[in-house]
Amino acid sequence: MSENLIVPTMAEMLAQGKQPEVLFWVGCAGSFDDRAKKITKAFVRILNRANVPFAVLGTEESCTGDPAKRAGNEFLFQMQAMMNIEVLNAYEAKKIVTACPHCFNTLKNEYPELGGKYEVVHHTEFLKSLLDDGRLTIEGGQFKGKRITFHDPCYLGRANNVYEAPRELIQKLDAELVEMKRSRANGLCCGAGGAQMFKDAEPGNKEINVERTEDALDTEPEIIAAGCPFCNTMLTDGIKNKEKEGDVKVMDIAELIANAQDL
Amino acid sequence: MSYLDNILFALLLIIGFGYFFANIKKIRRNINLGIEIDRKDNPSARWKNMAMIALGQSKMVKRPVAGALHIVVYLGFIIINIELLEIIIDGLFGTHRVFAFLGATYDVLIASFEILAVLVLIAVSVFWIRRNVIKLKRFINKDLTGFPKNDANYILYFEVVLMTLFLLMNATDLHLQNVPGGFSHFIVAGSFPISQFIEPLFNGMSNELVMLIFEASWWLHIIGILIFMNYLYFSKHLHILLAFPNTYFADLNPQGQFDNLEAVTKEVKMMMDPNADPFAAAPAPAEGEVPAKFGASDIQDLNWVQLLNAYTCTECGRCTSSCPANITGKKLSPRKIMMDTRDRMEEVGRNIDANKGIFIPDNKTLLNDYITPEELWACTSCNACVEECPVNISPLSIIMDMRRYLVMEQSAAPMPLNAMMTNIENNGAPWQYNQQDRLNWKNEN
Repeated sequence: MSENLIVPTMAEMLAQGKQPEVLFWVGCAGSFDDRAKKITKAFVRILNRANVPFAVLGTEESCTGDPAKRAGNEFLFQMQAMMNIEVLNAYEAKKIVTACPHCFNTLKNEYPELGGKYEVVHHTEFLKSLLDDGRLTIEGGQFKGKRITFHDPCYLGRANNVYEAPRELIQKLDAELVEMKRSRANGLCCGAGGAQMFKDAEPGNKEINVERTEDALDTEPEIIAAGCPFCNTMLTDGIKNKEKEGDVKVMDIAELIANAQDL
Repeated sequence: MSYLDNILFALLLIIGFGYFFANIKKIRRNINLGIEIDRKDNPSARWKNMAMIALGQSKMVKRPVAGALHIVVYLGFIIINIELLEIIIDGLFGTHRVFAFLGATYDVLIASFEILAVLVLIAVSVFWIRRNVIKLKRFINKDLTGFPKNDANYILYFEVVLMTLFLLMNATDLHLQNVPGGFSHFIVAGSFPISQFIEPLFNGMSNELVMLIFEASWWLHIIGILIFMNYLYFSKHLHILLAFPNTYFADLNPQGQFDNLEAVTKEVKMMMDPNADPFAAAPAPAEGEVPAKFGASDIQDLNWVQLLNAYTCTECGRCTSSCPANITGKKLSPRKIMMDTRDRMEEVGRNIDANKGIFIPDNKTLLNDYITPEELWACTSCNACVEECPVNISPLSIIMDMRRYLVMEQSAAPMPLNAMMTNIENNGAPWQYNQQDRLNWKNEN
């Protein structure tokens, strides 16, 4: 192990009689997907740097049930939800942060009615609050003056009206934030939502992620910033499809901040 | 003086409004075919939505050109209808310009009606050009052919005819007001900034002929309005009435929040209850109880707000033009989801009418006969359609309810989704990874 990530679990915390400030819900993509794991680690590095007492569920975490619910399987969703709620409530979780807008939306909006009431924030909102409280400082570093465009994840933007936090973080990097023609409430989906991530698209004349990548490339960015592991995958594939891997990178906001601080 | 005119007028009003209200009753009946849900909470937020979105047109102006033109027609419609009140009183009591006693106020009113009428004519012409000459994509989409396409144009023609008759009526009136020494009952009243330019057309005609044209325009105008009002029921134009309740009863939750099915919650709780006897027989269903159906295959499985949505839709197509699936050539069109729901609801309604108030199964359903699974599975649940709708219709909620039926009642999900769901069931992730490996990333490079 070349780096020392401090990642306590809720079980370890409980054994020490401690309660973390925030529970980091890693999510399935953040746990298993090779690209998304990098985002998870970048976020943890920032949390470590800012000395945030957090913990993860580790092997006690399970899918929130979002893709099952959007696919129409309400049974499976509610089974997952109730099992997760039992675990979360047993640990008396109060505040949850996650880097996945799908987990974020489900935990925040769909769990309360089933008995899971927590304060849920997206990692961009959490990073913004660390910054506002002076617990984290951001310098542009390698991103100073870079053209960065931000792709609004549907489940963060339209679904929950979080538009500003990710943008403010990009601006803190002294980068040049450029908007796509379809952005904020008018943002175009990357094509992964509603369980589309796990199936082929219906017949059509184009892939949605290619359409969206074209929106992004129209802004002539050096970096496309994302705030969702699934959007990240879709846009990265879109960039490959356009053979632009050499010129444009797709990066999560957490990675931008971690890299800027050489974390 | 005979009272024939007044009786004829009253009769027209009774027939016009009678038929209109009979159809409104039918709409109510059909909407109530839907499942009951409570949308009466938080009235202050609901009134605010209605005031901002329906009355204030706040979502219309997201597309500035169409939004501005729509506001002109909308204001014209509302304000010119004040004139309608005078026409009805005049018609019933045989008076002429009964509000003329208002003096200067009356002049201002009539003048503003005239200016609005011209603005409406201009706006309607631009609308027609956008549909038939420029052919904006959302107006020539393949889900907008046949009647729905013509319907849109008929409404525009109606507006042109009504506004023209209104101006003609004023121009002839003005002409007769100007007859030296006065003519018949045409008192000098009102100000006519627009029709004064039409008035010279009647120079040289006999006063009797001009009066005949006035009478004809006056009658055709009010008859036209009554016909138009009754045309609403058959057309997409119902939104002028239903936009108000529709925005009032719209979902107030964040767009990302989908409802949790209560029937499922009960079953899942029972399954997870450690004290439940796994061998116990299911409790006997209560008398006449129908086992809960999960999701929707027909309009009776949708809730009444979704059905209200379908009657409210005016087929503007903003939803479809912002739908990522539709933009990339998939079959899904959120507008078609709403149009299909309404068509099926009308079909069920006609079935009920024909069978003395009882629906006789017709071997058809909204699913498959109107909306195909291919359309439903193309949705990314991105909420672009919900965001775009100027009157807060949610095509997405119907799509989700129908997916639920496909998956929970028919096990008819696409194969890769079944694999994804099996993984979640077995190992708590949509992919085949062991739950015990969830924290491995911590030690990987």
